[in-house]
Amino acid sequence: MQKVYSKIDSIVGNVITLKASGVKSGELAVIEGKFGKGYASVIKLDGENVSLQVFQGTQGVSTDSQVRFTGFPMRVSYSSSLLGRVFNGSGEPRDNGPALADNLIELQGPAVNPVKRVLANKMIRTGIPMIDVFNTLVESQKIPIFSISGEPYNDLLARIAMQAEVDVIVLGGMGLKYDDYLFFRDALEKSGAISRTVMFVHTAADPTVECTMIPDLSLAVAENFALEGKRVLVLLTDMTNFADSLKEIAITMEQVPSNRGYPGDLYSSLASRYEKAVDFAEAGSVTILAVTTMPGDDVTHPIPDNTGYITEGQFYLKNGRIEPFGSLSRLKQNVNKDTRNDHRALMDCLIKLYSQYKDSLEKKSMGFSMSDWDQKLLKYGALFEKELMDLSVNIPLEAALDKGWRILSDCFEKNETGLKTDLINEYWR
Amino acid sequence: MEEKRGKVIGVNANLVKASFESAVEKNEIAYIAVDGGKLKGEVIRINNGTCDIQVYEMTVGIKVGDDVEFSSQLLSVDLGPGLLGQIFDGLQNPLPSLAKECGNFLKRGVYLNALPDSMWEFKRIAAVGDVLEAGDRLGSVKEGIFTHYIMVPFDLMGKWKVSSIRDDGEYRLSDAICSVENAVTGEKRNLTMVFSWPVKRAITNYERRLAPKDTLVTQIRIIDTFLPVAKGGTYCTPGPFGAGKTVLQHMTSKNADVDIVIIAACGERAGEVVEILKEFPELIDPRTGKSLMERTIIVCNTSSMPVAAREASVYTAVTMAEYYRQMGLHVLLLADSTSRWAQAMREMSGRLEEIPGDEAFPAYLESLIASFYERAGIVRLKDGSVGSVTIGGTVSPAGGNFDEPVTQATLKVVGAFHGLSRERSDARKYPAIHPLDSWSKYKGVIDELKVSEARRLLFQGNDVNQMMKVVGEEGVSIEDYCIYQKSELLDSVYLQQNSFDPMDGAVSAERQNHVFDILFSCLTADFSFADKKEVRSFFNELRQLFLDQNNREFKSEEFMRLEEEIRQLVKARLA
Repeated sequence: MQKVYSKIDSIVGNVITLKASGVKSGELAVIEGKFGKGYASVIKLDGENVSLQVFQGTQGVSTDSQVRFTGFPMRVSYSSSLLGRVFNGSGEPRDNGPALADNLIELQGPAVNPVKRVLANKMIRTGIPMIDVFNTLVESQKIPIFSISGEPYNDLLARIAMQAEVDVIVLGGMGLKYDDYLFFRDALEKSGAISRTVMFVHTAADPTVECTMIPDLSLAVAENFALEGKRVLVLLTDMTNFADSLKEIAITMEQVPSNRGYPGDLYSSLASRYEKAVDFAEAGSVTILAVTTMPGDDVTHPIPDNTGYITEGQFYLKNGRIEPFGSLSRLKQNVNKDTRNDHRALMDCLIKLYSQYKDSLEKKSMGFSMSDWDQKLLKYGALFEKELMDLSVNIPLEAALDKGWRILSDCFEKNETGLKTDLINEYWR
Repeated sequence: MEEKRGKVIGVNANLVKASFESAVEKNEIAYIAVDGGKLKGEVIRINNGTCDIQVYEMTVGIKVGDDVEFSSQLLSVDLGPGLLGQIFDGLQNPLPSLAKECGNFLKRGVYLNALPDSMWEFKRIAAVGDVLEAGDRLGSVKEGIFTHYIMVPFDLMGKWKVSSIRDDGEYRLSDAICSVENAVTGEKRNLTMVFSWPVKRAITNYERRLAPKDTLVTQIRIIDTFLPVAKGGTYCTPGPFGAGKTVLQHMTSKNADVDIVIIAACGERAGEVVEILKEFPELIDPRTGKSLMERTIIVCNTSSMPVAAREASVYTAVTMAEYYRQMGLHVLLLADSTSRWAQAMREMSGRLEEIPGDEAFPAYLESLIASFYERAGIVRLKDGSVGSVTIGGTVSPAGGNFDEPVTQATLKVVGAFHGLSRERSDARKYPAIHPLDSWSKYKGVIDELKVSEARRLLFQGNDVNQMMKVVGEEGVSIEDYCIYQKSELLDSVYLQQNSFDPMDGAVSAERQNHVFDILFSCLTADFSFADKKEVRSFFNELRQLFLDQNNREFKSEEFMRLEEEIRQLVKARLA
């Protein structure tokens, strides 16, 4: 028994309100508007007044549009036939394939019990020294690429995706430019990875509400693949568009904003998505690599700031390089103890010296005379940037470590490095 | 007891509005029936004949007209033997049992008993005829390495006479072990080893509070020497993301010189909790020879778990801390992060449409933070023994800017401030506590005069460094340059500490005293140098020796050899 309602009392922003009974919080409804069928979900109940958020936007919805409640919350079909397909933010096909309706799973499922997680301890090799040596990527990690617009973050994302050894890739695109969508599709096709990829894409021209659905769709699917024992890599680009959509919706709903107009629950909204990254004790894993563009290169902006508190580190992309300062992988110590015995110490030493190089560079630019020590640092910094920082460098971890030692011995005396004597005896060349 | 019922009349995210038939109490627990289960919530406002219930779970699926059941109980936790070594969520659900029951995911609406109904070896203390008050000891059981006292429930008002009590022997947690009779009213009660207590009320069944004087040794040099924490004191660790708040707390939880550590992972990453879960059972507590987990309780409400229960989790944790304090134990509560707790209050306040304060935090934020930290303290119990609760909270200020409301409200009430700096963490100077900005009102493990002298050197070194940024290295005198190098030496070999090194990771108070003395003699010595290059290479050499020494076992042969080398090197350079 499904009742159809056709008297909408108010249409404000993307939210419509009507009188109905027996409606559940979070329930999905179907709306017949001027431009065809669309979906909406129940966001508020107040007595018999029901407020719904319309995914496709309220343009073309009239007060006598028909609304039918489905009795279920928003769901997505899940099966291996998803692989190679592209969907939009309502979960409908974006390619010319058939719509899928079997084996529906709920979005935003419950949190994983922490005792069912295992400690992340498998390194994902990327061939990028700034990641492998300094900020190792680990399976089940959630980590964003902080970047300003114009940086090659999507290229970096695609490169990591194709080099990483995973079973399934789920790409969630939010507010993507159409060219970027094509870029990802082409890159994945060319490398042959498309057959193990599911794409949920919201382009910049699509309705705002659909943008907020992308992470939930992508992660619900990823989680189910992981439960089947698959190692899943989820790519989300760009989470700033997601957060801005949340802001837009919160403000039209007249919520009290907390910081620069963003809703007070921004942290929780981001966290509930990122926390889907998991390594199950008895099944596969979900790794999340996301892009967060920083408005105005400001890391204290609410979006990168809240993200940084949630994720397990961040890669800081600037001037086409992954910056050693600001970049961090919180899980690296879980894996870099077992790679090579010099990994940790060398990593710290190289960064400390690079930081001193930056100071010397500053002194130099202010016109001070350079001491011997400054000269050494300048030489070191230039080598470091060229041989290790450049994104075009593509070498395995061990080769990168050896290179690090060579740079050190080219530039410094042994005791200037602050490294332990035993390590110096073993690796200094 | 009569059942109090009501109906749902509205849903807005995790806030449910309900009607009610009989009296409703503010902050009582209510259950909402949905899909055959019951969702727990707390009445947080009563207005115009309806009440607002903050639901601790996802509210998807609730509809208008659903049944609501009011419990007349405040949000409470169970207190009794068996808490140690457990992992709870914010509402004291034991997560391992939940995993057995429900598998990989936290199914909503499932509430289990916090304590397993196991057997305990009871030893009687009270006798028939004794007149007791709340908090007095009935007997004890052995919980791991501790003597766990079974006490008269803290909510029994007035004087009670023991009418019967079991003899020594094995009893179930839920067995009645004692019956008491009220001395005035004659009311009779049967007591078990477990009772419940509302989390938002402080436990105050002690004789009096004392001033926190003894240092709580954390085995972290910069803290114990320069920015100490006292048993029964409070401290906060604000810092931007990535500055090492959580690593610092983990180090503290492993090495701190206390009996019991309670970790409240509040709105933070689940992965960090997993780290503790996997690591602690394997680590051996050097003081007891037992697994570290046996002295630890974890309360975790990670960021993906429902927001409303996040607010409850810090109270759940502090209540258990106070309970163990009543046994004359020293408890350290580490809350990571209090900002998430504050944000949970902000979200709720927004939904209640309260007038927002600074950055949309509720106006009562400060008083709530203050009353939480005030639950710390060192107390003398009625039997003369002393117990303490020390609270260390991390703060995650937006943008790493300490001028925000949560940091400021916290700084007003704590006794020590360990401010983490992005600058230091970027340069990999860990722990990234800023030595100049931070402060402590407590007494450390090393002579105060020496410490303040060393601290002054740090300030001077910083001044010289600032000056060099303007006038260059050639613009400062050799003496000033020497001061700068001394402060750098102190920083790199003493303030910085490698938490992943087995030796350097934890440094006893004795070792700190020993090493600091030698270092101090270097810092106060008058050296003579021909030029700055000589200064630099001398300090490089000295630094290397100290660093190598940091990685050796205390007073081992190698340690002493390096120390001798340091003495020789310094002696040769004296003016």
